[in-house]
Amino acid sequence: MSRPLTVSRLRKRYSETPVIGGLDLEVAPSEIVAVVGPSGCGKSTLLRLIAGLDTRYSGEIRVDDALVCGPDPRVGMVFQEPRLFPWLSLAQNVGFGLRERNGRKARDLVDETLGVVGLSTFADALPKQLSGGMAQRAALARALVTEPQVLLLDEPFSSLDAFTRMRLQDHLLTAWTRYRPTLVLVTHDLDEAVYLADRVILLSDRPARVADVLRVAPDRPRDRRDPSLLGLRVALLEALHLERSQLDAAV
Amino acid sequence: MLDRPAATGRSRRRLPSALPWILPVAIVVAWWSSTAVGIFEVHQMPPPPVVLEAGLGLWRRGLLQQDLVATTLRVIAGFGLGSAIAVALGTLTGLSRRAEEAVGPTLQALRTVPTLAWAPLLLLWMGIDEPPKLILVAIGAFFPVYVNLVAGMVGVDRKLIEVARVYDLTPPQIARRVILPAALPDLLTGLRLGATQAWLFVVVAEFFGASSGLGFRLTDSQQSTRVDLMFVAIICLAILGKLTDSLLRLIEGRLLRWRDTVGEAARQ
Repeated sequence: MSRPLTVSRLRKRYSETPVIGGLDLEVAPSEIVAVVGPSGCGKSTLLRLIAGLDTRYSGEIRVDDALVCGPDPRVGMVFQEPRLFPWLSLAQNVGFGLRERNGRKARDLVDETLGVVGLSTFADALPKQLSGGMAQRAALARALVTEPQVLLLDEPFSSLDAFTRMRLQDHLLTAWTRYRPTLVLVTHDLDEAVYLADRVILLSDRPARVADVLRVAPDRPRDRRDPSLLGLRVALLEALHLERSQLDAAV
Repeated sequence: MLDRPAATGRSRRRLPSALPWILPVAIVVAWWSSTAVGIFEVHQMPPPPVVLEAGLGLWRRGLLQQDLVATTLRVIAGFGLGSAIAVALGTLTGLSRRAEEAVGPTLQALRTVPTLAWAPLLLLWMGIDEPPKLILVAIGAFFPVYVNLVAGMVGVDRKLIEVARVYDLTPPQIARRVILPAALPDLLTGLRLGATQAWLFVVVAEFFGASSGLGFRLTDSQQSTRVDLMFVAIICLAILGKLTDSLLRLIEGRLLRWRDTVGEAARQ
């Protein structure tokens, strides 16, 4: 069986500054991996490299066993901002990445995906008519409609209020249940990490390496008030502090 | 949220406001009364009825129609030519850094030449036929369209281009599906400015050796000191210029409904 995503000995530097310093990561099919770490540690850089947006790195990134050397239809991405095209309707935005954008089949795919994120009635709306949460759901639909094997999410809910964020996390799980992509989610929100992920990867401060890995019990649906999730959150917080203090000691 | 409260109530079916008409009416009244009271002599500043009569006289002799058609056709042809070249060249330099390096500085330098300075040269080169007039109008229309289009294309949000790159779109696809639509508002602004310039330049072009057109009518009436006919020409130019701008605004409104701006909100 092929592996949807393998990262090995990944190194990346911006001019003289090493950002990622030998990172290994292997993700199983349909697994949800959350990546957390100190801010500025290179989490977003990691996603950009996996997405093929930046190909100047050393080491290996393989998607579906193929070496990443540029953007790949098997990899989708949701950014921190919705990044919808303001001149396109919601349906046109969602269909943006489809190879065949016109015709019955495309329309059906778009409609179905809009349904999954609960936006069926807004197919013809313009982005300016949407709230932040709706726009981000549309962005999620746009990433899902091409059915990527690997879906990368770069702090996708960080600019939303707490209530909308929780709803979107559930939308994401619904979509994941329907499409079963492998998810790599970069987040600052430890509750979000333990609520969504099968595995939480803690990165060290720059240059990023895997500092710690926490497994979450695989049962779903999860209860946000579950004490074991809260326990994991505390463990993560402590690990993050440890990272911080080691860094401070080194300085 | 679908924000459509405007569908009910006043903004959908409001009557056209009288506000924009107050100032023009006031100007006409001031104009009329200034001659009536005797501030100006009638031969310096003919009152509205005299101007109207002069206009009707020109119309009956078929001269006004001839002038209107001649000038309008020159504007359409010159503006069409100038803006077409501007869109083609602007698209090229907006997309390719090399093309921008190759022609950008030269165009910047040419732009600093007051465009009307070309008029005598064009006249000398091409005589007093139609070509120099069209080219002068085209030069006038070219720069606003070119400059605005390139600014719009260079200013496209990098984040939107990144979305297109995730889907592995080729540079021509990115140009067509992201950069050009995103630059459309700036292009339309450029076209409106270009159209204004075209009306300005056509008058100047017709000052030199034309036998018809509103610009010709202005110089011709000046020589025969027919101030009333000069007023007729000026009023026609004002109306035509305003009509052009309204038409372009209408097109702009249709094409840019998606914009989330104060202007768009006022339109709905």
